[in-house]
Amino acid sequence: MAYDDAMRRYEPVLGLETHVELGTASKMFCSCATEFGAAPNTQVCPVCLALPGSLPVVNGTAVESAIRLGLALNCSIASWCRFARKNYFYPDMPKNYQISQHDEPLCTDGYLDVVVDTPEGPREFRVEIERVHMEEDTGKTSHVGGATGRIHGADYSIVDYNRAGIPLLEIVTRPIEHTGDLAPQVARAYVAELRDLVRSLGISDVRMEEGSLRCDVNVSLMPRGADEWGTRSETKNVNSLRSVERAVRSEIERQAGVLDAGGRVAQETRHFQENIGRSISGRSKEEAQDYRYFPDPDLVPVAPSAEWVEELRAGLPELPAAKRSRVKREWELSDEELRDLVNADAIDLVAATVDAGASPTDARKWWLNELSRRATESETELSALPITPAQVARVIALVTEGTLTNKLARQVVDGVLNGEGDPDTVVEARGLTVVSDDSALGAAVDQAIADNPDIAEKIRGGKVAAAGALVGAVMKATRGQADAGRARELILERLGAQ
Amino acid sequence: MTSTDLIRMSAAELGAAIGSGETSSVEATEAYLDRIADVDGDVHAFLHVDRETALEQARAVDARRAAGEETGPLAGVPIAHKDVFTTTDMPTTAASKILEGWRPPYDATVTSRLRDAGLVILGKTNMDEFAMGSSTENSAYGVSRNPWDLSRVPGGSSGGSSAAVAAFEAPLATGTDTGGSIRQPAAVCGLVGAKPTYGGSSRYGMIAFASSLDTPGPLARTVLDAALLHEAVSGHDPKDSTSIDAPVPPVVEAARRADVEGLRIGVVKEFGGEGYQAGVLQRFQEAVELLESLGAKVVEVSCPAFDAALDAFYLIAPSECSSNLARFDAMRYGLRVGDDGTRSAEEVMALTRAEGFGPEVKRRIMLGTYALSSGYYDAYYGSAQQVRTLIKRDFDAAFDNVDVLVSPTAPTTAFPIGERVGDPMAMYRADLCTVPANLAGNAALSVPCGLAPEDGLPVGLQVMAPALADDRTYRVGAALEAALGNKDNGALLNKNAFAV
Repeated sequence: MAYDDAMRRYEPVLGLETHVELGTASKMFCSCATEFGAAPNTQVCPVCLALPGSLPVVNGTAVESAIRLGLALNCSIASWCRFARKNYFYPDMPKNYQISQHDEPLCTDGYLDVVVDTPEGPREFRVEIERVHMEEDTGKTSHVGGATGRIHGADYSIVDYNRAGIPLLEIVTRPIEHTGDLAPQVARAYVAELRDLVRSLGISDVRMEEGSLRCDVNVSLMPRGADEWGTRSETKNVNSLRSVERAVRSEIERQAGVLDAGGRVAQETRHFQENIGRSISGRSKEEAQDYRYFPDPDLVPVAPSAEWVEELRAGLPELPAAKRSRVKREWELSDEELRDLVNADAIDLVAATVDAGASPTDARKWWLNELSRRATESETELSALPITPAQVARVIALVTEGTLTNKLARQVVDGVLNGEGDPDTVVEARGLTVVSDDSALGAAVDQAIADNPDIAEKIRGGKVAAAGALVGAVMKATRGQADAGRARELILERLGAQ
Repeated sequence: MTSTDLIRMSAAELGAAIGSGETSSVEATEAYLDRIADVDGDVHAFLHVDRETALEQARAVDARRAAGEETGPLAGVPIAHKDVFTTTDMPTTAASKILEGWRPPYDATVTSRLRDAGLVILGKTNMDEFAMGSSTENSAYGVSRNPWDLSRVPGGSSGGSSAAVAAFEAPLATGTDTGGSIRQPAAVCGLVGAKPTYGGSSRYGMIAFASSLDTPGPLARTVLDAALLHEAVSGHDPKDSTSIDAPVPPVVEAARRADVEGLRIGVVKEFGGEGYQAGVLQRFQEAVELLESLGAKVVEVSCPAFDAALDAFYLIAPSECSSNLARFDAMRYGLRVGDDGTRSAEEVMALTRAEGFGPEVKRRIMLGTYALSSGYYDAYYGSAQQVRTLIKRDFDAAFDNVDVLVSPTAPTTAFPIGERVGDPMAMYRADLCTVPANLAGNAALSVPCGLAPEDGLPVGLQVMAPALADDRTYRVGAALEAALGNKDNGALLNKNAFAV
């Protein structure tokens, strides 16, 4: 059913479960390295391979990270809690149980405020956080052979245990109600805000494309005006901001179609398919596994002291929401300008560029226009471009002082992105400084006048606007390095049109 | 010194003789290896003996000593090591088919500490599969036999260890005690066996049965030997989160002190009467009177929650084991059944576990899986944990008034092989008196207190002390040992069929 039709009849309720892979140097329960992309099964030991007799020991930094995120999400921090075992068999889980937290999570009862743009202006939603808990990641299974890369039809499967035991935080929202037709945007804004929050805490690199932030989206519908929630589905595998939005929207459309046809929404797990922009059915939750949770007897309780928690609270950095209000004020931005910066995920980059000496206006312009375009072209995130804010600030300074034209500056950026070195190195190597001395320019101007006698005649006759064509010729002849303003002056001077 | 002289010595004496140069570790090790070759065909204490590896370790200790290096009291002394501890130089199977031939890439902390103390590992001893049992009849590799009577069990699960020490195949052995698996085999083989305070000795590298109960500890012929081994393997280990960061209690000093003057001893009222062998109760009673005559103050103490201890144990231990044993799935190590390219990973896991685990292990996995299931958790696992709390309270209340508690270690002497195989509940009753100390995490020790008149088999007396007061159990054990004339390397043991 079309989205607008669905929204006329139904009210969605959302829930989000987000997994964040922590950026600790070692794993959750052993001292193995956590580096992304290492050769398979090279970052493993008796503990994370679950060899007989091995035992877990909690990574203190992971606990600290969990507490800091809990505090940033306005949660209460438990003074005593335990790890639990979640028992189920799967080849990528070495122990065949996952060490997680069950009924004693470390952080509870918080919230995160998110802002969604509407035609009537920005609107704020408070997303309540039910819990933040610690757990360990599983290994990674790849299915070899078969067309789909899924287990069915595969010839065999291989498992990489490097990821097994990487610390994860799971952040679970309370049901999010009363979003109306903004549900997809609220979901997206929540994940984006959470990502920024995590990044600002420095506890994870939160790269969705590398799986260090993963989302499960729960959606249910109830008829408008009803007060009983519908049956929910859980969509897994939602691994980009765009997908979060699309997953919610497509699931609303799908469920509305089922309900409208008099059907019943199945309580099931669905898998989001990036390529088709919607989910397909996974296993049914109605025959749900019994995980037989119980407190892990191999581990002692986690009991952070009140003093330590307060110390961590005092050490929290400026959080994204506060930062946004600050830059809006300091850089004198309109709502729209701030929105563009947020949407481009460019606040930190611009701020760093400003810190390196650029004006907020120039810094914004460069990141939002030229560099955003490059990021789109190369299909990477803005922050992943191989250019630093300091380098951008240097390019801006070269333009401001007149060494470069905007056009030359773009060539310098090309060079930096190409790996040719710092802006000054690129300027030097490519010989890109503006030609503004009269002797060098004079020859080009004379040539342009000689090549275009008709135009020259018009200018002599007082048609000054025609000078642009000659400036163009000069620029062409100097491969864009001429100071266009000076060239124009020289042309008018020689033709006596001043 | 003859081989017979060497294997008759206590570990303390042998260690001293090696230390003084009277004999060498190689000589002692060879004597024991020869002894194993002679008798283990009958006793079947060992699953694996590695002559060359053992002699290599012995030569290394002798070389260290020859180089003038300071070595400890047990340096060069041979030891039998329970096959539940990982060893890089010998296979480790936990007596299960599912781990047949597995070579661990790492040493258990207990193994490392044996090596650090210069103990020479002769081989790995038999046990009930995954330490589940009281007789070694649950071993996938055949039963061990009691040196006192080869038709009887040596106790369990550390039955290979108790049989080895009682048959003079080793002066010392390691064991693990989850519900009595050191103390009960020690008792029925006429040995000293201690279950240290939970967390006092590291579980790292000990293949888990029930994590909240498992405790590594020593088996020996004398109290002092047990204390020396206890001291060598215990102490804080950062690799085991449940390990206690506190000094090892002064067990060796207590074993040497061997006096009970003024000590307040509580006799547990609940352990006795129906279901107990008359000769066991008789020897126990005599031992208590003997302790009283040595100056101890004896009172009767009631611990009513102990009556429910066995029930709680058989919910908690299977629950934990159902999860602990899930890792044996054919994916990364051990047995793999049915992987012929036509079956899914899940099918291979199921086939492997069906073939690789013995009936008792399967029974406990099923019990535990059931007890943890949604809807049953509170009634089973939950109430068992409540009983556990009550047992701790009974201990706390008792220790307000007495220094130690005593009871028979096991209700009967060694039972005949095969007698209880078809009756799990009868088998479980062997742990009746020993499980409370595991549930509470306390220190406990079993010491011989004579032979039962009706069958001539050894009887053990159990001493229980508060957590981290392990030294008290050694004081009582050593006093009783001396009073019974067993101090000189088990006068009692000389009565067994394999005495030398």
